[in-house]
Amino acid sequence: MIDTTDPKFWTDLWQVLLIGTGQTLYMVSIALVVTIVVGLPLGVLLVGTERGGLFEKLFGSRRAGIIVNRVLDFIVNLGRSIPFIILMIAVIPFTRLIVGTFIGSTAAIVPLALVAIPFFARMVEIALKEVDSGLTEAANSLGASRWQIVRKVLVPEALPSILLGLSTTVTSIINFSAMVGTVAGGGLGDVAFRYGYQRYSTIHIIAVIIIIFIIVQSLAAIATYFARRYARKSIDVAAR
Amino acid sequence: MISIDSISKSFGSTLALDSVSLEVERGEIFGVIGQSGAGKSTLIRTVNLLERPDTGTITVDGTDLTRLGSHELRIARQSIGMIFQHFNLLSSRTVQQNVELALEITGVDARTRRSRAAEILDLVGLTAKANVYPSQLSGGQKQRVGIARSLATNPSVLLSDEATSALDPETTRSILELLRTLNKELGLTVLLITHEMDVVKSICDSAALLEHGRIAEHGKLVELISRPGSRLAHELFPLGEVAASATGTVIDITFSGGAADRPVIAQLARDHQLDVSILGATIETIAGSQAGRTRLELPGEASKHAAIIADLRKQGLLVEVVRGDAA
Repeated sequence: MIDTTDPKFWTDLWQVLLIGTGQTLYMVSIALVVTIVVGLPLGVLLVGTERGGLFEKLFGSRRAGIIVNRVLDFIVNLGRSIPFIILMIAVIPFTRLIVGTFIGSTAAIVPLALVAIPFFARMVEIALKEVDSGLTEAANSLGASRWQIVRKVLVPEALPSILLGLSTTVTSIINFSAMVGTVAGGGLGDVAFRYGYQRYSTIHIIAVIIIIFIIVQSLAAIATYFARRYARKSIDVAAR
Repeated sequence: MISIDSISKSFGSTLALDSVSLEVERGEIFGVIGQSGAGKSTLIRTVNLLERPDTGTITVDGTDLTRLGSHELRIARQSIGMIFQHFNLLSSRTVQQNVELALEITGVDARTRRSRAAEILDLVGLTAKANVYPSQLSGGQKQRVGIARSLATNPSVLLSDEATSALDPETTRSILELLRTLNKELGLTVLLITHEMDVVKSICDSAALLEHGRIAEHGKLVELISRPGSRLAHELFPLGEVAASATGTVIDITFSGGAADRPVIAQLARDHQLDVSILGATIETIAGSQAGRTRLELPGEASKHAAIIADLRKQGLLVEVVRGDAA
Protein backbone atom coordinates (compact mmCIF):
# COMPACT_ATOMS: atom_id res chain seq x y z
CA MET A 1 0.00 0.00 0.00
CA ILE A 2 0.95 3.61 -0.53
CA ASP A 3 1.68 5.73 2.52
CA THR A 4 1.12 9.41 1.72
CA THR A 5 2.54 10.48 5.10
CA ASP A 6 5.90 9.05 4.18
CA PRO A 7 8.10 12.03 3.20
CA LYS A 8 9.66 9.89 0.49
CA PHE A 9 6.22 9.50 -1.15
CA TRP A 10 6.11 12.99 -2.66
CA THR A 11 9.65 13.01 -3.97
CA ASP A 12 9.01 9.54 -5.34
CA LEU A 13 5.73 10.65 -6.98
CA TRP A 14 7.47 13.58 -8.59
CA GLN A 15 10.24 11.34 -9.88
CA VAL A 16 7.84 8.78 -11.27
CA LEU A 17 5.68 11.36 -13.00
CA LEU A 18 8.70 13.08 -14.50
CA ILE A 19 10.06 9.86 -15.95
CA GLY A 20 6.61 8.78 -17.15
CA THR A 21 5.94 12.10 -18.83
CA GLY A 22 9.37 12.03 -20.44
CA GLN A 23 8.76 8.53 -21.81
CA THR A 24 5.32 9.43 -23.08
CA LEU A 25 6.57 12.56 -24.82
CA TYR A 26 9.47 10.60 -26.29
CA MET A 27 7.26 7.82 -27.67
CA VAL A 28 4.59 10.15 -28.91
CA SER A 29 6.90 12.63 -30.59
CA ILE A 30 9.00 10.03 -32.43
CA ALA A 31 5.87 8.09 -33.40
CA LEU A 32 4.35 11.34 -34.62
CA VAL A 33 7.34 12.19 -36.78
CA VAL A 34 7.30 8.70 -38.31
CA THR A 35 3.55 9.01 -38.83
CA ILE A 36 3.90 12.28 -40.72
CA VAL A 37 6.82 11.06 -42.80
CA VAL A 38 5.04 7.86 -43.84
CA GLY A 39 1.39 8.89 -43.56
CA LEU A 40 1.55 12.03 -45.67
CA PRO A 41 2.93 10.35 -48.81
CA LEU A 42 0.58 7.44 -48.18
CA GLY A 43 -2.40 9.79 -48.13
CA VAL A 44 -1.17 11.49 -51.31
CA LEU A 45 -0.79 8.10 -52.97
CA LEU A 46 -4.25 7.01 -51.81
CA VAL A 47 -5.87 10.02 -53.46
CA GLY A 48 -3.53 10.04 -56.43
CA THR A 49 -4.11 6.47 -57.50
CA GLU A 50 -7.86 6.90 -57.60
CA ARG A 51 -9.61 7.20 -60.94
CA GLY A 52 -8.76 10.57 -62.43
CA GLY A 53 -6.05 11.14 -59.82
CA LEU A 54 -2.55 12.45 -60.37
CA PHE A 55 -1.00 9.01 -60.14
CA GLU A 56 -3.87 7.30 -61.89
CA LYS A 57 -1.38 5.74 -64.25
CA LEU A 58 1.34 4.80 -61.82
CA PHE A 59 4.58 4.06 -63.69
CA GLY A 60 2.57 4.56 -66.87
CA SER A 61 0.08 1.82 -66.12
CA ARG A 62 -3.47 2.24 -64.87
CA ARG A 63 -3.36 -1.36 -63.66
CA ALA A 64 -0.45 -0.52 -61.33
CA GLY A 65 -2.43 2.48 -60.09
CA ILE A 66 -5.48 0.37 -59.32
CA ILE A 67 -3.44 -2.31 -57.59
CA VAL A 68 -1.57 0.20 -55.42
CA ASN A 69 -4.83 1.95 -54.57
CA ARG A 70 -6.56 -1.28 -53.55
CA VAL A 71 -3.59 -2.54 -51.55
CA LEU A 72 -3.16 0.76 -49.70
CA ASP A 73 -6.86 1.00 -49.04
CA PHE A 74 -6.86 -2.52 -47.64
CA ILE A 75 -3.83 -1.87 -45.43
CA VAL A 76 -5.34 1.34 -44.11
CA ASN A 77 -8.64 -0.37 -43.35
CA LEU A 78 -6.88 -3.29 -41.72
CA GLY A 79 -4.71 -1.01 -39.61
CA ARG A 80 -7.72 0.95 -38.51
CA SER A 81 -9.83 -2.00 -37.53
CA ILE A 82 -7.42 -4.00 -35.38
CA PRO A 83 -7.62 -3.09 -31.69
CA PHE A 84 -4.35 -1.54 -30.62
CA ILE A 85 -3.49 -4.02 -27.93
CA ILE A 86 -3.81 -6.88 -30.40
CA LEU A 87 -1.85 -5.03 -33.07
CA MET A 88 0.90 -4.38 -30.57
CA ILE A 89 1.28 -8.07 -29.83
CA ALA A 90 0.89 -9.09 -33.46
CA VAL A 91 3.73 -6.86 -34.65
CA ILE A 92 6.22 -8.02 -32.04
CA PRO A 93 8.34 -9.90 -34.61
CA PHE A 94 8.42 -6.79 -36.79
CA THR A 95 9.30 -4.58 -33.81
CA ARG A 96 12.11 -6.92 -32.86
CA LEU A 97 13.38 -6.81 -36.43
CA ILE A 98 13.55 -3.02 -36.45
CA VAL A 99 14.50 -2.11 -32.88
CA GLY A 100 16.13 -5.36 -31.81
CA THR A 101 13.79 -5.78 -28.87
CA PHE A 102 10.07 -5.53 -28.25
CA ILE A 103 10.37 -4.19 -24.72
CA GLY A 104 10.73 -0.56 -23.68
CA SER A 105 9.75 2.87 -24.88
CA THR A 106 11.73 2.74 -28.12
CA ALA A 107 10.16 -0.57 -29.08
CA ALA A 108 6.73 0.86 -28.29
CA ILE A 109 7.19 3.51 -30.97
CA VAL A 110 6.81 0.86 -33.68
CA PRO A 111 3.23 -0.20 -32.89
CA LEU A 112 2.29 3.39 -32.07
CA ALA A 113 3.44 4.58 -35.46
CA LEU A 114 1.83 1.58 -37.13
CA VAL A 115 -1.55 2.39 -35.67
CA ALA A 116 -1.27 6.12 -36.33
CA ILE A 117 -0.07 5.93 -39.94
CA PRO A 118 -3.29 4.54 -41.47
CA PHE A 119 -5.31 6.93 -39.34
CA PHE A 120 -3.33 9.95 -40.47
CA ALA A 121 -3.21 8.75 -44.08
CA ARG A 122 -7.02 8.77 -44.12
CA MET A 123 -7.04 12.28 -42.69
CA VAL A 124 -4.62 13.42 -45.38
CA GLU A 125 -6.72 11.69 -48.02
CA ILE A 126 -9.85 13.53 -46.88
CA ALA A 127 -8.02 16.86 -46.70
CA LEU A 128 -6.58 16.48 -50.20
CA LYS A 129 -9.93 15.54 -51.66
CA GLU A 130 -11.29 18.88 -50.48
CA VAL A 131 -8.84 20.76 -52.69
CA ASP A 132 -10.61 22.15 -55.76
CA SER A 133 -9.69 20.08 -58.80
CA GLY A 134 -9.51 23.34 -60.75
CA LEU A 135 -6.25 24.11 -58.97
CA THR A 136 -4.67 20.90 -60.21
CA GLU A 137 -5.92 21.75 -63.65
CA ALA A 138 -4.45 25.26 -63.48
CA ALA A 139 -1.09 23.85 -62.37
CA ASN A 140 -1.25 21.31 -65.20
CA SER A 141 -1.92 24.09 -67.68
CA LEU A 142 1.23 25.80 -66.43
CA GLY A 143 3.18 22.66 -67.24
CA ALA A 144 3.70 21.47 -63.66
CA SER A 145 4.97 17.97 -62.98
CA ARG A 146 2.99 15.70 -60.70
CA TRP A 147 5.53 16.19 -57.95
CA GLN A 148 5.28 19.98 -58.32
CA ILE A 149 1.49 19.75 -58.12
CA VAL A 150 1.70 17.75 -54.89
CA ARG A 151 4.33 19.98 -53.32
CA LYS A 152 3.25 23.42 -54.52
CA VAL A 153 -0.50 23.06 -54.86
CA LEU A 154 -2.17 20.13 -53.13
CA VAL A 155 -0.34 19.99 -49.81
CA PRO A 156 -0.17 23.77 -49.19
CA GLU A 157 -3.84 24.16 -50.08
CA ALA A 158 -4.88 21.26 -47.86
CA LEU A 159 -2.61 22.29 -45.01
CA PRO A 160 -5.29 23.67 -42.66
CA SER A 161 -7.26 20.42 -42.87
CA ILE A 162 -4.11 18.31 -42.63
CA LEU A 163 -3.11 20.16 -39.45
CA LEU A 164 -6.50 19.52 -37.89
CA GLY A 165 -6.17 15.86 -38.87
CA LEU A 166 -2.74 15.84 -37.29
CA SER A 167 -4.21 17.17 -34.08
CA THR A 168 -6.68 14.29 -33.96
CA THR A 169 -3.87 11.87 -34.79
CA VAL A 170 -1.69 13.10 -31.90
CA THR A 171 -4.57 12.65 -29.52
CA SER A 172 -5.01 9.07 -30.60
CA ILE A 173 -1.26 8.36 -30.38
CA ILE A 174 -1.30 9.65 -26.80
CA ASN A 175 -4.35 7.53 -26.14
CA PHE A 176 -2.63 4.39 -27.42
CA SER A 177 0.65 5.25 -25.74
CA ALA A 178 -1.05 4.65 -22.41
CA MET A 179 -1.38 0.97 -23.34
CA VAL A 180 2.24 0.25 -24.10
CA GLY A 181 2.89 -0.21 -20.40
CA THR A 182 1.77 -3.78 -21.05
CA VAL A 183 4.95 -4.41 -23.06
CA ALA A 184 7.04 -2.51 -20.54
CA GLY A 185 6.97 0.55 -22.74
CA GLY A 186 6.75 2.84 -19.74
CA GLY A 187 5.07 6.21 -19.94
CA LEU A 188 2.21 7.76 -18.05
CA GLY A 189 -0.11 4.86 -18.75
CA ASP A 190 2.38 2.59 -17.05
CA VAL A 191 2.49 4.93 -14.04
CA ALA A 192 -1.28 4.89 -13.79
CA PHE A 193 -1.34 1.11 -14.04
CA ARG A 194 1.44 0.27 -11.61
CA TYR A 195 0.71 2.89 -8.96
CA GLY A 196 -2.94 3.67 -9.46
CA TYR A 197 -4.26 0.19 -10.20
CA GLN A 198 -1.81 -2.17 -8.56
CA ARG A 199 -1.10 -0.01 -5.51
CA TYR A 200 -4.39 1.89 -5.20
CA SER A 201 -2.83 5.38 -5.37
CA THR A 202 -5.57 7.83 -6.32
CA ILE A 203 -3.06 10.66 -6.33
CA HIS A 204 -1.04 9.02 -9.10
CA ILE A 205 -4.16 8.51 -11.21
CA ILE A 206 -5.27 12.09 -10.80
CA ALA A 207 -1.79 13.43 -11.52
CA VAL A 208 -1.53 11.31 -14.70
CA ILE A 209 -4.95 12.44 -15.88
CA ILE A 210 -4.04 16.08 -15.35
CA ILE A 211 -0.72 15.77 -17.18
CA ILE A 212 -2.21 13.92 -20.15
CA PHE A 213 -5.06 16.40 -20.31
CA ILE A 214 -2.58 19.28 -20.43
CA ILE A 215 -0.46 17.58 -23.14
CA VAL A 216 -3.45 16.77 -25.35
CA GLN A 217 -5.04 20.18 -24.95
CA SER A 218 -1.88 22.13 -25.63
CA LEU A 219 -1.00 20.07 -28.70
CA ALA A 220 -4.54 20.46 -30.03
CA ALA A 221 -4.41 24.20 -29.35
CA ILE A 222 -1.12 24.53 -31.25
CA ALA A 223 -2.47 22.57 -34.23
CA THR A 224 -5.70 24.54 -34.27
CA TYR A 225 -3.80 27.81 -34.06
CA PHE A 226 -1.72 27.01 -37.13
CA ALA A 227 -4.69 25.56 -39.01
CA ARG A 228 -6.61 28.78 -38.40
CA ARG A 229 -3.67 30.91 -39.42
CA TYR A 230 -3.38 29.14 -42.74
CA ALA A 231 -7.10 28.90 -43.25
CA ARG A 232 -7.68 32.59 -42.68
CA LYS A 233 -5.96 33.29 -45.96
CA SER A 234 -8.19 30.91 -47.81
CA ILE A 235 -11.59 32.26 -46.86
CA ASP A 236 -12.88 32.89 -50.31
CA VAL A 237 -15.36 35.70 -50.65
CA ALA A 238 -15.91 35.27 -54.36
CA ALA A 239 -18.99 33.84 -55.99
CA ARG A 240 -17.73 30.31 -56.03
CA MET B 1 -1.11 29.15 -84.82
CA ILE B 2 -3.52 26.59 -83.44
CA SER B 3 -4.61 23.78 -85.71
CA ILE B 4 -7.29 21.51 -84.41
CA ASP B 5 -7.60 18.65 -86.84
CA SER B 6 -10.66 16.40 -86.73
CA ILE B 7 -10.59 15.65 -83.03
CA SER B 8 -13.19 13.48 -81.38
CA LYS B 9 -13.67 12.80 -77.73
CA SER B 10 -16.24 10.70 -75.97
CA PHE B 11 -17.02 10.18 -72.32
CA GLY B 12 -18.53 6.76 -71.94
CA SER B 13 -21.26 6.57 -74.55
CA THR B 14 -21.64 10.34 -75.01
CA LEU B 15 -19.75 11.88 -77.88
CA ALA B 16 -18.59 15.27 -76.58
CA LEU B 17 -16.62 16.27 -79.67
CA ASP B 18 -17.42 14.89 -83.09
CA SER B 19 -14.57 15.35 -85.53
CA VAL B 20 -13.96 19.02 -84.82
CA SER B 21 -11.51 21.00 -86.95
CA LEU B 22 -10.54 24.61 -86.41
CA GLU B 23 -7.78 26.90 -87.54
CA VAL B 24 -6.77 29.83 -85.35
CA GLU B 25 -4.48 32.31 -87.03
CA ARG B 26 -1.52 33.96 -85.37
CA GLY B 27 -2.47 37.13 -83.54
CA GLU B 28 -6.21 36.77 -83.78
CA ILE B 29 -8.89 36.40 -81.14
CA PHE B 30 -11.00 33.39 -81.94
CA GLY B 31 -14.24 32.77 -80.09
CA VAL B 32 -16.06 29.47 -79.87
CA ILE B 33 -19.64 29.98 -78.85
CA GLY B 34 -22.17 27.39 -77.87
CA GLN B 35 -24.78 26.41 -75.33
CA SER B 36 -23.72 24.63 -72.17
CA GLY B 37 -23.21 20.99 -72.97
CA ALA B 38 -22.18 21.74 -76.55
CA GLY B 39 -18.64 20.54 -75.82
CA LYS B 40 -16.93 23.94 -75.60
CA SER B 41 -15.12 23.19 -72.40
CA THR B 42 -13.94 19.83 -73.66
CA LEU B 43 -12.77 21.48 -76.86
CA ILE B 44 -10.62 24.12 -75.21
CA ARG B 45 -9.20 21.60 -72.77
CA THR B 46 -8.04 19.41 -75.61
CA VAL B 47 -5.92 22.26 -76.98
CA ASN B 48 -3.36 21.95 -74.19
CA LEU B 49 -4.23 18.30 -73.74
CA LEU B 50 -5.76 18.67 -70.29
CA GLU B 51 -8.22 16.41 -72.04
CA ARG B 52 -6.64 14.02 -74.51
CA PRO B 53 -8.76 13.57 -77.65
CA ASP B 54 -9.57 10.03 -78.71
CA THR B 55 -8.59 10.78 -82.29
CA GLY B 56 -7.26 13.75 -84.22
CA THR B 57 -4.30 16.06 -83.74
CA ILE B 58 -3.64 19.41 -82.09
CA THR B 59 -0.87 21.52 -83.51
CA VAL B 60 0.19 24.65 -81.65
CA ASP B 61 2.88 26.85 -83.16
CA GLY B 62 4.00 24.06 -85.44
CA THR B 63 4.24 21.36 -82.78
CA ASP B 64 1.90 18.39 -82.82
CA LEU B 65 1.06 18.14 -79.12
CA THR B 66 -0.65 14.77 -79.40
CA ARG B 67 2.67 13.15 -80.28
CA LEU B 68 4.67 14.56 -77.39
CA GLY B 69 5.82 12.59 -74.39
CA SER B 70 4.77 13.79 -70.95
CA HIS B 71 7.94 15.80 -70.35
CA GLU B 72 7.86 17.53 -73.74
CA LEU B 73 4.16 18.19 -73.27
CA ARG B 74 4.84 19.97 -69.98
CA ILE B 75 7.41 22.17 -71.70
CA ALA B 76 4.95 22.90 -74.51
CA ARG B 77 2.23 23.81 -72.04
CA GLN B 78 4.49 26.48 -70.59
CA SER B 79 4.03 28.44 -73.79
CA ILE B 80 0.23 28.03 -73.78
CA GLY B 81 -1.42 30.16 -71.13
CA MET B 82 -4.86 29.34 -69.79
CA ILE B 83 -7.41 31.23 -67.74
CA PHE B 84 -10.51 29.82 -66.09
CA GLN B 85 -14.06 30.72 -65.21
CA HIS B 86 -13.42 30.25 -61.49
CA PHE B 87 -9.93 31.74 -61.67
CA ASN B 88 -8.32 28.74 -59.91
CA LEU B 89 -5.95 30.77 -57.76
CA LEU B 90 -4.15 29.23 -54.79
CA SER B 91 -5.72 30.58 -51.62
CA SER B 92 -2.56 29.87 -49.63
CA ARG B 93 -0.49 32.22 -51.77
CA THR B 94 -0.51 35.98 -52.23
CA VAL B 95 -1.21 37.56 -55.61
CA GLN B 96 2.51 37.89 -56.28
CA GLN B 97 3.18 34.30 -55.22
CA ASN B 98 0.36 33.05 -57.41
CA VAL B 99 1.98 34.68 -60.41
CA GLU B 100 5.37 33.35 -59.37
CA LEU B 101 3.98 29.81 -59.30
CA ALA B 102 4.09 29.73 -63.09
CA LEU B 103 7.76 30.70 -62.97
CA GLU B 104 8.62 28.30 -60.15
CA ILE B 105 7.27 25.51 -62.30
CA THR B 106 9.55 26.46 -65.17
CA GLY B 107 12.49 26.66 -62.78
CA VAL B 108 13.19 30.40 -62.91
CA ASP B 109 15.41 31.70 -60.08
CA ALA B 110 13.88 33.67 -57.21
CA ARG B 111 15.16 37.08 -58.20
CA THR B 112 14.00 36.86 -61.81
CA ARG B 113 10.66 35.51 -60.57
CA ARG B 114 10.11 38.55 -58.40
CA SER B 115 10.93 41.08 -61.07
CA ARG B 116 8.98 39.26 -63.78
CA ALA B 117 5.93 38.93 -61.51
CA ALA B 118 6.07 42.63 -60.64
CA GLU B 119 6.33 43.49 -64.33
CA ILE B 120 3.34 41.39 -65.32
CA LEU B 121 1.23 42.58 -62.38
CA ASP B 122 1.90 46.10 -63.56
CA LEU B 123 0.69 45.12 -67.03
CA VAL B 124 -2.65 43.88 -65.66
CA GLY B 125 -2.92 46.83 -63.27
CA LEU B 126 -2.61 44.97 -59.97
CA THR B 127 0.67 46.25 -58.57
CA ALA B 128 -1.10 47.62 -55.50
CA LYS B 129 -2.52 44.21 -54.65
CA ALA B 130 0.71 42.20 -54.99
CA ASN B 131 0.84 41.20 -51.33
CA VAL B 132 -2.78 40.42 -50.58
CA TYR B 133 -4.44 37.01 -50.68
CA PRO B 134 -6.98 36.13 -53.38
CA SER B 135 -9.77 36.02 -50.80
CA GLN B 136 -9.45 39.78 -50.47
CA LEU B 137 -9.93 40.44 -54.17
CA SER B 138 -13.02 41.05 -56.29
CA GLY B 139 -13.86 38.68 -59.14
CA GLY B 140 -12.40 40.98 -61.75
CA GLN B 141 -9.18 41.36 -59.81
CA LYS B 142 -8.93 37.61 -59.41
CA GLN B 143 -9.24 37.14 -63.13
CA ARG B 144 -6.49 39.70 -63.64
CA VAL B 145 -4.28 37.60 -61.37
CA GLY B 146 -5.25 34.56 -63.44
CA ILE B 147 -4.26 36.40 -66.60
CA ALA B 148 -0.99 37.57 -65.04
CA ARG B 149 -0.19 34.01 -63.97
CA SER B 150 -0.94 32.63 -67.41
CA LEU B 151 1.23 35.23 -69.11
CA ALA B 152 4.18 35.11 -66.71
CA THR B 153 6.06 32.66 -68.89
CA ASN B 154 5.51 34.73 -72.05
CA PRO B 155 3.26 32.31 -73.88
CA SER B 156 2.32 32.92 -77.49
CA VAL B 157 -1.18 31.50 -77.03
CA LEU B 158 -3.83 32.16 -74.41
CA LEU B 159 -6.77 29.83 -73.86
CA SER B 160 -9.74 31.34 -72.10
CA ASP B 161 -12.26 28.95 -70.59
CA GLU B 162 -15.37 31.07 -69.93
CA ALA B 163 -13.11 33.64 -68.28
CA THR B 164 -15.81 36.26 -67.90
CA SER B 165 -18.81 34.07 -67.17
CA ALA B 166 -18.60 34.54 -63.41
CA LEU B 167 -18.24 38.32 -63.69
CA ASP B 168 -20.72 41.17 -63.84
CA PRO B 169 -21.17 43.03 -67.15
CA GLU B 170 -18.97 45.95 -66.28
CA THR B 171 -16.11 43.77 -65.02
CA THR B 172 -16.56 41.56 -68.07
CA ARG B 173 -16.01 44.59 -70.26
CA SER B 174 -12.82 45.59 -68.47
CA ILE B 175 -11.41 42.04 -68.65
CA LEU B 176 -12.25 41.82 -72.36
CA GLU B 177 -10.57 45.17 -72.92
CA LEU B 178 -7.49 43.86 -71.14
CA LEU B 179 -7.47 40.77 -73.37
CA ARG B 180 -7.80 42.98 -76.43
CA THR B 181 -4.89 45.13 -75.28
CA LEU B 182 -2.70 42.12 -74.56
CA ASN B 183 -3.62 40.68 -77.95
CA LYS B 184 -2.54 43.89 -79.68
CA GLU B 185 0.53 44.71 -77.61
CA LEU B 186 2.00 41.25 -77.14
CA GLY B 187 0.72 39.77 -80.39
CA LEU B 188 -0.97 37.14 -78.26
CA THR B 189 -3.18 34.63 -80.05
CA VAL B 190 -6.34 34.06 -78.03
CA LEU B 191 -8.74 31.14 -78.25
CA LEU B 192 -11.74 31.66 -76.02
CA ILE B 193 -14.93 29.80 -75.37
CA THR B 194 -18.05 31.48 -74.14
CA HIS B 195 -21.81 31.24 -74.12
CA GLU B 196 -22.20 35.00 -74.35
CA MET B 197 -22.56 36.49 -77.82
CA ASP B 198 -21.49 39.85 -76.40
CA VAL B 199 -18.01 38.50 -75.77
CA VAL B 200 -17.68 37.43 -79.40
CA LYS B 201 -19.15 40.71 -80.58
CA SER B 202 -16.82 42.89 -78.58
CA ILE B 203 -13.40 41.29 -79.06
CA CYS B 204 -13.33 38.41 -81.52
CA ASP B 205 -11.90 38.50 -85.02
CA SER B 206 -13.22 35.05 -85.84
CA ALA B 207 -15.85 32.83 -84.36
CA ALA B 208 -17.19 29.32 -84.51
CA LEU B 209 -20.55 27.99 -83.45
CA LEU B 210 -20.34 24.67 -81.64
CA GLU B 211 -23.44 22.52 -81.41
CA HIS B 212 -23.66 18.99 -80.04
CA GLY B 213 -19.93 18.56 -80.40
CA ARG B 214 -19.81 19.72 -84.02
CA ILE B 215 -18.77 22.99 -85.59
CA ALA B 216 -21.97 24.29 -87.18
CA GLU B 217 -20.40 27.37 -88.69
CA HIS B 218 -17.15 29.29 -88.49
CA GLY B 219 -15.30 32.14 -90.10
CA LYS B 220 -14.09 35.69 -89.72
CA LEU B 221 -16.71 37.95 -88.22
CA VAL B 222 -16.60 40.40 -91.10
CA GLU B 223 -17.27 37.56 -93.53
CA LEU B 224 -19.95 35.97 -91.40
CA ILE B 225 -21.95 39.19 -91.38
CA SER B 226 -22.35 39.21 -95.13
CA ARG B 227 -22.90 35.46 -95.40
CA PRO B 228 -26.54 34.76 -96.32
CA GLY B 229 -28.37 32.68 -93.75
CA SER B 230 -25.50 32.77 -91.29
CA ARG B 231 -26.76 31.78 -87.88
CA LEU B 232 -23.85 33.42 -86.15
CA ALA B 233 -24.69 36.67 -87.91
CA HIS B 234 -28.29 36.33 -86.78
CA GLU B 235 -27.07 35.79 -83.25
CA LEU B 236 -24.80 38.80 -83.52
CA PHE B 237 -27.67 41.01 -84.67
CA PRO B 238 -30.77 39.59 -83.13
CA LEU B 239 -33.91 41.17 -84.58
CA GLY B 240 -36.31 38.72 -83.07
CA GLU B 241 -39.42 37.29 -84.68
CA VAL B 242 -41.39 39.08 -87.37
CA ALA B 243 -44.35 40.81 -85.80
CA ALA B 244 -47.65 39.18 -86.75
CA SER B 245 -49.12 42.59 -87.61
CA ALA B 246 -46.68 43.10 -90.49
CA THR B 247 -48.55 42.68 -93.77
CA GLY B 248 -46.19 43.60 -96.63
CA THR B 249 -42.87 42.11 -97.61
CA VAL B 250 -40.42 42.04 -94.74
CA ILE B 251 -36.71 42.16 -95.52
CA ASP B 252 -33.51 42.18 -93.44
CA ILE B 253 -30.72 44.34 -94.79
CA THR B 254 -27.24 43.70 -93.44
CA PHE B 255 -24.78 46.55 -93.63
CA SER B 256 -21.10 46.01 -93.35
CA GLY B 257 -17.93 47.74 -94.37
CA GLY B 258 -18.68 51.23 -95.74
CA ALA B 259 -22.37 50.55 -96.33
CA ALA B 260 -23.23 51.32 -92.73
CA ASP B 261 -22.24 54.94 -93.24
CA ARG B 262 -24.45 55.52 -96.30
CA PRO B 263 -28.05 56.74 -95.99
CA VAL B 264 -29.36 53.59 -97.66
CA ILE B 265 -32.88 53.66 -96.30
CA ALA B 266 -33.51 57.35 -96.90
CA GLN B 267 -32.31 56.85 -100.44
CA LEU B 268 -34.53 53.81 -100.89
CA ALA B 269 -37.58 55.76 -99.75
CA ARG B 270 -36.78 58.63 -102.06
CA ASP B 271 -35.87 56.63 -105.18
CA HIS B 272 -38.87 54.32 -105.04
CA GLN B 273 -41.38 56.70 -103.45
CA LEU B 274 -41.92 54.15 -100.70
CA ASP B 275 -43.13 54.64 -97.15
CA VAL B 276 -40.91 51.96 -95.64
CA SER B 277 -41.34 51.18 -92.00
CA ILE B 278 -38.43 50.11 -89.88
CA LEU B 279 -39.41 47.11 -87.77
CA GLY B 280 -36.12 46.70 -86.04
CA ALA B 281 -32.47 47.66 -86.25
CA THR B 282 -29.17 47.01 -84.61
CA ILE B 283 -25.76 48.52 -85.19
CA GLU B 284 -22.52 47.18 -83.74
CA THR B 285 -18.84 47.72 -84.16
CA ILE B 286 -17.46 44.41 -85.37
CA ALA B 287 -13.73 43.96 -85.73
CA GLY B 288 -13.25 47.70 -85.83
CA SER B 289 -15.87 48.61 -88.42
CA GLN B 290 -19.54 49.47 -88.23
CA ALA B 291 -21.96 46.78 -89.14
CA GLY B 292 -25.62 46.37 -88.59
CA ARG B 293 -28.88 44.91 -89.64
CA THR B 294 -32.20 46.60 -90.30
CA ARG B 295 -35.58 44.97 -90.75
CA LEU B 296 -37.87 46.82 -93.11
CA GLU B 297 -41.46 46.39 -94.13
CA LEU B 298 -42.15 47.32 -97.76
CA PRO B 299 -45.72 48.45 -98.33
CA GLY B 300 -47.78 48.09 -101.51
CA GLU B 301 -47.77 45.46 -104.23
CA ALA B 302 -45.40 42.56 -103.79
CA SER B 303 -44.61 42.54 -107.53
CA LYS B 304 -42.70 45.80 -107.25
CA HIS B 305 -40.58 44.60 -104.38
CA ALA B 306 -38.35 42.34 -106.42
CA ALA B 307 -36.93 45.32 -108.26
CA ILE B 308 -36.32 47.16 -105.03
CA ILE B 309 -34.49 44.22 -103.53
CA ALA B 310 -32.40 43.80 -106.67
CA ASP B 311 -31.49 47.46 -106.45
CA LEU B 312 -30.35 47.08 -102.85
CA ARG B 313 -28.31 44.01 -103.69
CA LYS B 314 -26.65 45.93 -106.49
CA GLN B 315 -25.35 48.32 -103.85
CA GLY B 316 -23.51 45.39 -102.25
CA LEU B 317 -25.93 44.92 -99.41
CA LEU B 318 -27.00 41.54 -98.10
CA VAL B 319 -30.78 41.37 -98.36
CA GLU B 320 -32.78 38.50 -96.93
CA VAL B 321 -36.51 38.19 -97.42
CA VAL B 322 -38.05 37.23 -94.13
CA ARG B 323 -41.71 37.40 -95.17
CA GLY B 324 -43.34 37.53 -98.61
CA ASP B 325 -42.36 35.84 -101.83
CA ALA B 326 -40.37 38.55 -103.60
CA ALA B 327 -36.90 37.17 -104.17
